[in-house]
Formats: sequence, C-alpha cells, structure tokens
Amino acid sequence: MELFTDTWHYLLDADSWTGGGGFVARLLEQLLLTATALVAAVLLGLPLALWLGHVGRGGFLAVNVSNVGRAVPTFALLAVLVAADWPGSSDFGPYGRAGLATLIALVLFALPPIITNGYVAVREVPREVLEAADGMGMSARQRFRQVELPLALPVIASGVRLALVQVWATATIAALVAGPGLGRIITEGFARNDYAQGMAGAVVVAVVALVLELAAAAAQRAVDPLPRGRSGRAPDAVSVGPTTV
Amino acid sequence: MTLRAAADGPSCYSRFVNEWFCWQYVEDRHEQIADALVEHVTITVAALLLGVALSFPLALLARRVPRLEALVLGFSTGVYTVPSLALLPLLVPFTGLSAATVVIGLGLYALTIVVRALLDGLRSVPDDVREAARGLGYGRARMLARIELPLALPVTMAGLRVAAVSTVALTTVGTLVAYGGLGNLIAHGVQRDFRAELTTAAVLCVLLAVVIDLLLVALQRVLTPWAAGAR
Repeated sequence: MELFTDTWHYLLDADSWTGGGGFVARLLEQLLLTATALVAAVLLGLPLALWLGHVGRGGFLAVNVSNVGRAVPTFALLAVLVAADWPGSSDFGPYGRAGLATLIALVLFALPPIITNGYVAVREVPREVLEAADGMGMSARQRFRQVELPLALPVIASGVRLALVQVWATATIAALVAGPGLGRIITEGFARNDYAQGMAGAVVVAVVALVLELAAAAAQRAVDPLPRGRSGRAPDAVSVGPTTV
Repeated sequence: MTLRAAADGPSCYSRFVNEWFCWQYVEDRHEQIADALVEHVTITVAALLLGVALSFPLALLARRVPRLEALVLGFSTGVYTVPSLALLPLLVPFTGLSAATVVIGLGLYALTIVVRALLDGLRSVPDDVREAARGLGYGRARMLARIELPLALPVTMAGLRVAAVSTVALTTVGTLVAYGGLGNLIAHGVQRDFRAELTTAAVLCVLLAVVIDLLLVALQRVLTPWAAGAR
C-alpha cells in the first residue's frame, strides 16, 4: 500500500519534525499541556476526594462525577469554550492558540477519575484495619496519614493514570477546534487530503500515548506499599471504569 | 405574521445575535439536525454491536487459555490508551473515509470495556453454583448458556453501559472522516462561530447518552427478572 510508504517517508523526513508546526514543537506543546492539566487536576481534585472519602460523605457525587464526565463529549466542551467570549480561541502563552480553553477542558476531564478513585480508595480501606489503628491509640490525623493514605495509594495512582490517558486523548482532540498539540498534524493532514501526514501524526500520538501509559504503570507499581507478584492483580486502571478517550 | 417576525429584528441565530440557545434554529434546521442524529445513533449502535459481538468469543477463549487472557487484556489496554483522533487515521488505509472507519474504531474501544466486564462477570460466578450445575448433569455449553452467562449479566451490563455512554460521546470525533453524526454539526458550528448549532448538537449528545443508558437499564431488568425483588 502506497499510503504506508508515504507515511514512512513523512516520518523520516527531517522537515516534518522541525519548524513551527513540526512534530517536535507540537509534541512539546502537548506534553506541556498534559503535565500542566494533570498537576492542576491533582491539586484541585485529590484533597477534596480524600477528604470526602475520609469523612465518608458525598459518595454519590464522587462516584457519579465520572458518569457525567463520560457522557459529555470532549469535543463538545472544547467547542463551547472556544466559541465563548471567554476563554475563546486567543493565544495563551506557550500553550498556543485556544490554549486557555484547552487547558480548562483538560482539567475538567481529568478531575472525574481522580475524584472517583480518590474517594473509593479511601473508602475501601478495610474496617478492621481502621479499628486496629484506633485501638492502637492513633489520632484521626495519624490514622489518615499512616494507615488510610498508604493503603489507598494504589487506587489513587490508578485514578491519576486514567486521568493521564484521558488528558492525552483530550489534548489530541483539541485539534478539532484548531487548538494546540499533536492532533493538529492529523487534522491539517486530513484537511489537505494529505493522508500520509494524518497517519504519521496518528502514529506519533499513539506511540507517545503508549510510552506514557507504560511509564505510568511502572510508577503505579513503585508506589504500591504491598509489593505484589506478577500474578497478584494490582488495581487495574481500566476495570475501575474508563472515561471517554 | 412573517412580516411581524422580520420587524422584530434578526432571528436569534443570525450572525449578529448568535445566541447559545435558539429554538428558531431547531425549527428551521430540524431536517439537518434529525439527519445528524440518525447518523449518530446508527454509528453508535453499530459500534456497540460490533464490540459486543467480538468480545463474546474473545472472552470465552481467554477464559480457557490463561496465556491468551493476558494477551487480550494487554491488547485492550493498548487500544484504550490510543486517543480516538489517532485511532481513526490508523484505520483509514483499510476502510477509507467511510462510516465503517468510525464504527470499527469505536467498536474496538467498546470491545476493550465489554471484554473486561465479561471476564469479570464470568469470574464472579460462585464455584459452588458451577459445581451444583455440574452435579445436575449440565454440560459445558448448557452451563454457559443457562448458568454462567445469566449470572455474569449484571457485571457485564455495567460494563456495556459504560461502553455505550462513552461511544455516544466518542462518535463526535468521527467528524475527522466526515462521519461524526452530531459531531459534524459541532465542527461546523466551531468553524462558522455558530453557537446555536454547536450547543444544540452538544445537548443532543448528552441526552442521547442518557436515553441509551436508561434503555440498557430497562433491558437489564427484562433480562434478569429474578433480581426484581432484590432491588
């Protein structure tokens, strides 16, 4: 198939990597967007989720926020933000055209998995363990820091991992509203009927996504306080309930 | 009447007013909106059917061969990780710019969720129930059809609901290959800065997700009549 060879040539061509709209610039843009949004969502959502889980309140909200997040198309939210007077499609520092709109959408779509998993993680610490902690005379604060948090960490981490997949995917879709990121190489290719360019963009997006996912999985294993063998099933990112990609 | 309406000024979706919600737009363009909605539903349902149809044999095979299970789960995590906007171009060499590209792409996403739910569901069947069935003389096929699949249904349906709601939302991305259902309206709305068009399409997407979810809940009630008392 000719398209495959054309795609290969496009990927090997140095010109497609350099310059303003090249792979390197777009990749850095998208990595920056992803990192910023993920950090912001963790800082905003995690304390709230852990607190709700700790006091055992707001469960309905914490669990259903994921269902809502799944039902709203990322493209639709991006479109509304870009068409609005604020944030609109104006440039935003290193984040490029429609940078602020994209960042807002990314944070909003990263929050649901972080909140739901954070809440569930703290809730699912076994009762006996909590009672044992109380019996040892731990204060509420000690119990949270030394018992609940470490035991909840794997599930929290899988929520952050889900959020990472979500943010990377949404950052790619930002191209549909002419926003920043690698998706632009795909949409520009399709707009010009240059399908080799579209395919090449897709290959780079997919490869980086897989690399990020593998790195996140390794990080998740590293924070697990109870080392599991290969057969022991660590909390699985996907079976907890993925959102829209 | 028409003259009076004209005298009242431009309609709420004219360029100068550009309101977010405009019933006049829905009335004037109802055919176009209905077409987009029908395309959206068709693609969503076809993708879900494809995903479910593929996940049954995969899950049953994976259950028999543990090594295959690791492979199936690894593959589904991999597919799930690839963003939709990148998955569709990767299918274009095979299916071109067609609705099939979107259906296959979204079917793959649905597959990743349903196959896991099916495996979890089958795993949730208690061993003593299986043993009792075996004691009653159930063979492999009959046990699967009469005992295991019905008992796996609640967990499987939970997964299918997640897949269905995600698929409705993801269909919008199909606009990349010009088959995005309501997503085509959203894309057009963004290009022309046409607010009424894009909010109408966005609201319809969310409503459609809710309707399909409710239909699946109803289907589950019909399929599991024994659970009615427990609810």
